[in-house]
Amino acid sequence: MLFSIAVFAPLAGALVSGLLGKSIGDKAAMGASILGMVIAAICGPLAFFQMSVGGADPSVIDLGTWIESGRFHVQWALRYDTLSAAMVGMVSFVAMLIHVYSVGYMGHDARPRYRFFAYLSLFTFAMLMLVTADNLAQLFFGWEGVGLCSYLLIGYWYDRPSACAAAIKAFVVNRVADLPFAVGLALIFFKFGSIEFAVIFPAVAQHGADTYALFGTTYSAIETIGFLLFIGAMGKSAQLGFHVWLPDAMEGPTPVSALIHAATMVTAGVFLMARMSPLMEYAPYALGFVTFVGASTALFAATIGCCQNDIKRVIAYSTCSQLGYMFAAAGVGAYQASVFHLITHAFFKALLFLSAGSVIHAMSDEQDMRKMGGLAKIIPVTCTVMWIGNLALAGIPPLAGSYSKDAIISATYASGTAVGMYAFICTLLAAFLTAFYSWRLLFMTFHGKSRADHHTLEHAHESPWVMLAPLVALAFGAVFAGWALNAWFIGADWHHFWNGAIFNGPHNEVIENLEHVPSWVEGAPLILGLLGIALAYLMYIRNPLLPVRLAQQFGGIYRFVLNKWYFDELYDAIFVQPLIRLARVLWQVGDATIIDGVPNGLAELTSDGSRQLVKFQTGSLAVYAFVMLIGVVVLVGIFMLSR
Amino acid sequence: MNAVSNAAGFPLLSLITWLPLVGCLILMLVRGDEPTVASNARWTALWTSLLVMVLSLVLWVKFDPSEAGFQFNEHVSWLPEYKVGYSMGVDGISVLFVLLSTVLTPVCILASWESIQTRVREFMMSFLILETMMVGMFAATDFVVFYMFFEGVLIPMYLIIGVWGGPRRVYAAVKFFLFTLTGSVLMLLALIAMWQQAGTTDIPTLMQTVFPLHMQTWLFLALFASFAVKVPMWPVHTWLPDAHVEAPTAGSVILAGVLLKMGAYGFLRFSVPMLPDASAYFSPFVFTLSVVAVIYASLVALAQEDMKKLVAYSSIAHMGVVTIGIFTINVQGISGALFQMLSHGVVSAALFLIVGVVYDRIHSREIARYGGLADRMPAYALVFMLFMMASVGLPGTAGFVGEFLVIIGALQVNFWLALLGGAGMILGAAYMLYLYRRVIFGRITKDDLRHILDLSPREWVVFAPLIVLTLWMGIYPSSFTSFFDASVGAMVQHHTAALAATTKLAGILN
Repeated sequence: MLFSIAVFAPLAGALVSGLLGKSIGDKAAMGASILGMVIAAICGPLAFFQMSVGGADPSVIDLGTWIESGRFHVQWALRYDTLSAAMVGMVSFVAMLIHVYSVGYMGHDARPRYRFFAYLSLFTFAMLMLVTADNLAQLFFGWEGVGLCSYLLIGYWYDRPSACAAAIKAFVVNRVADLPFAVGLALIFFKFGSIEFAVIFPAVAQHGADTYALFGTTYSAIETIGFLLFIGAMGKSAQLGFHVWLPDAMEGPTPVSALIHAATMVTAGVFLMARMSPLMEYAPYALGFVTFVGASTALFAATIGCCQNDIKRVIAYSTCSQLGYMFAAAGVGAYQASVFHLITHAFFKALLFLSAGSVIHAMSDEQDMRKMGGLAKIIPVTCTVMWIGNLALAGIPPLAGSYSKDAIISATYASGTAVGMYAFICTLLAAFLTAFYSWRLLFMTFHGKSRADHHTLEHAHESPWVMLAPLVALAFGAVFAGWALNAWFIGADWHHFWNGAIFNGPHNEVIENLEHVPSWVEGAPLILGLLGIALAYLMYIRNPLLPVRLAQQFGGIYRFVLNKWYFDELYDAIFVQPLIRLARVLWQVGDATIIDGVPNGLAELTSDGSRQLVKFQTGSLAVYAFVMLIGVVVLVGIFMLSR
Repeated sequence: MNAVSNAAGFPLLSLITWLPLVGCLILMLVRGDEPTVASNARWTALWTSLLVMVLSLVLWVKFDPSEAGFQFNEHVSWLPEYKVGYSMGVDGISVLFVLLSTVLTPVCILASWESIQTRVREFMMSFLILETMMVGMFAATDFVVFYMFFEGVLIPMYLIIGVWGGPRRVYAAVKFFLFTLTGSVLMLLALIAMWQQAGTTDIPTLMQTVFPLHMQTWLFLALFASFAVKVPMWPVHTWLPDAHVEAPTAGSVILAGVLLKMGAYGFLRFSVPMLPDASAYFSPFVFTLSVVAVIYASLVALAQEDMKKLVAYSSIAHMGVVTIGIFTINVQGISGALFQMLSHGVVSAALFLIVGVVYDRIHSREIARYGGLADRMPAYALVFMLFMMASVGLPGTAGFVGEFLVIIGALQVNFWLALLGGAGMILGAAYMLYLYRRVIFGRITKDDLRHILDLSPREWVVFAPLIVLTLWMGIYPSSFTSFFDASVGAMVQHHTAALAATTKLAGILN
């Protein structure tokens, strides 16, 4: 019951504020939306504690039939187990804080705000539907629903061309990945005769040897499904190749970045891997690929994060990188660690984004860190919470990140596979870079000399309490979430906690082995993190000219990284431009000239022909008589000859 | 010999079919000066079509979804010596199309309330005649009767485009007529050949008739020529964008909503059940054309600068998904195709109305002429967003269910068919969002847009049923699929049995 309320309260809030917002007024609409979220944020975590502390049994709440066609049958239903309860608890709580924060942040916006709050609440509902789905179609409903809301929210300031472009890019790039995902669902139905979790999961072991013909050879059906689902996850979670939409999505208001592009939506792919663990465990090659992509993304995005100057983009690439960590863990079979990091990350990344929002708010909408510096004295609270967020992100004990991130790095090492080793090296390097760019951000923003113009500085002020209170709440989460949840998620008693919500294959003992890695493996992330911080201190506080000199000296590499490895340009050149040209050609040559040429040509032939024929009708009786005579002669001649 | 034995207890289908013509007769009798006639014509047409719609709701209530065969049957002896009769009936495949026609007609009449100001009476008469023809076509269970209605649809539609259309209306109307008529001539040949073979034109009997293999091939191609043009399939689709661009809003609505379904309905009514071997033999060919249609039309839509043309090309792409679904000949594929036809009937109709709203105000369909409407027309932007998302196939709206079922059906045939046929998911999002951005988002730069008005109450009434249907079909689609589940199941079973019989026969002969 609590669980259903947590899911549907945001929908109610969204409908009231979205549809009635105009008539009941901005304040009332906002109130309705926040009320819905507060109810959800009470019920959601309570439902989670019922499960984790109270030991409630997993169950399914049936809501009615959705699609029916022959054997194909899909229900609307909520799945209540540890995984979904943990996700509902986290999503509803973080989303509630972001709603509250938005009251302050959007306060200066000229437009009525009910639209913004309706979108936020609708987004929360879609995300909750995603995580509570009992079948893959409903998961896809939530999946696409969050896609829609993210489109609406990125493009919220619809009069800015860049925001519109970013919104479309986000939706379309996601759609590219969704198509393989949908095909994967179809393949699951083809092989299992259902897309309900309760039917698929027990049957996977029997289908382990099934094959599926593709590219002229046969592959394991389960592997094929695993790959297709993971491509979908790559799109939503902005993994290497599909990551291009995430940085552009920073065009949306900052609370949106915090909610969608940090805490919730982008983690949907990770959630999918955990949810589908009973299937993924039988797809070792797909899992290897998951680890490979995740680890590569973790390192790749971290390198870009080191060179960005827009405060939000640094955090965006950091998100991309952290998602890579989660996939790397899922790929080696440590789903528990990956969900653990998902939850702790939600706290400290939402915190970082909202603090960045607070900085931007203070600096009159300035986002370029090169024009900041020395803000610590002006906005001390923001500075403090942002320090906490970055300490958590960099994995400094005893903050949240140190538990979950170190668990992932240990898991990649403990897996003992080659790709696991690759992931271990990538994630270690990324840990170093993470610490570096985090403190680069802190130093450039809060410390050193101010580079802002005095006009902006005069107006700089600490944010109102309605924005700071959520920051403080999240900061508590960033400090304590790892310590509080560690024992449940990956501690000795994890079997009991997860209660079958996540499946580990018979030979998968990576969670047990986590604790038994060599001590240098456990210590390495912290040491590398401290080194990263030291380097950032050296470059941005001790010797602020060093970065400029380095950039000049290694111009090629610097530009390559600064321009995000030229992914956007590459895609533009090989996909977007050729397709647009092809579209024109198909239209103007294919349709207008070739296809229409045939009927139009026939029509012309007919009218030209008849124009020629008309000439025979001269109106002269003598000519008619003469032609008739010739005709008679010819006919008689034929008759005579053929006799 | 008259035989009426059905759930309604009276010849319901004939009543629904012919009642619009009664309205037409009343319209002819209206006298008075121009404005009086126009006003009377509007109200008479509206009430007639509403009455028809209410009557057709009896079908919704009384139709027995568990029964796969024809219901509400009527039969009147007509040409007994040739075994041709006037017979009517609906099964799960056709019943919802009758309802689609009767729901869209009043919507169309209401949508032309203000935009049609010349020859209003004749316009309304054309629409009522069109309704008769459409309903008759979906309800006919005799091939000859079907053929007459099928061709009859052309006449009022030709007039609607040719008389009340845009500047190039005559070119578009003639093109529309000639394209579709060319195919129809071949269908007539097929009709005669089938009658010779079976000795009757009764559709249920024809379904049980086994046509020899070589004959099936020729019959299939002849019927294909006719239905493919109507769908329209690539490469015989170019009449559609022209017809849509020139047609008045209501004409586009009914063209996209119902007339495009005639071809696909023909495949389901004739080609697939009567010519099972040929359907199976030609399915790769149809798949190829359909996949080309999906990708080609979507790309062309991306390049359009005219709103109506863009929606027209999107229709071609969506109908490509339908033809893929039909020729997978499995339950999910065909159900998906039927659902896609219904949802496209609602959604594309609504999109043409959306274009009509701004066309009525600014008299331009050029996309570049707009921009920034969200500021002045928030309600319009919201409604547009809903139908755009339905067109893109967002789960929870009508557009998703059909497309998803077709992908599921297609995958059972071939992986690439599912992947390429689903490409509309990506390209559709691209061209629709691009359209929306250019029309709704951005800043208002054109002067006359600064005072543009949001949806009027009449327009809300026009959109309301379509909004309800779009969400209903998306959230609770089983109330629609349950109508055709039994019929589709029977059709697939029949098809499998027929193929098995052929294989067995071949085995004996060898």
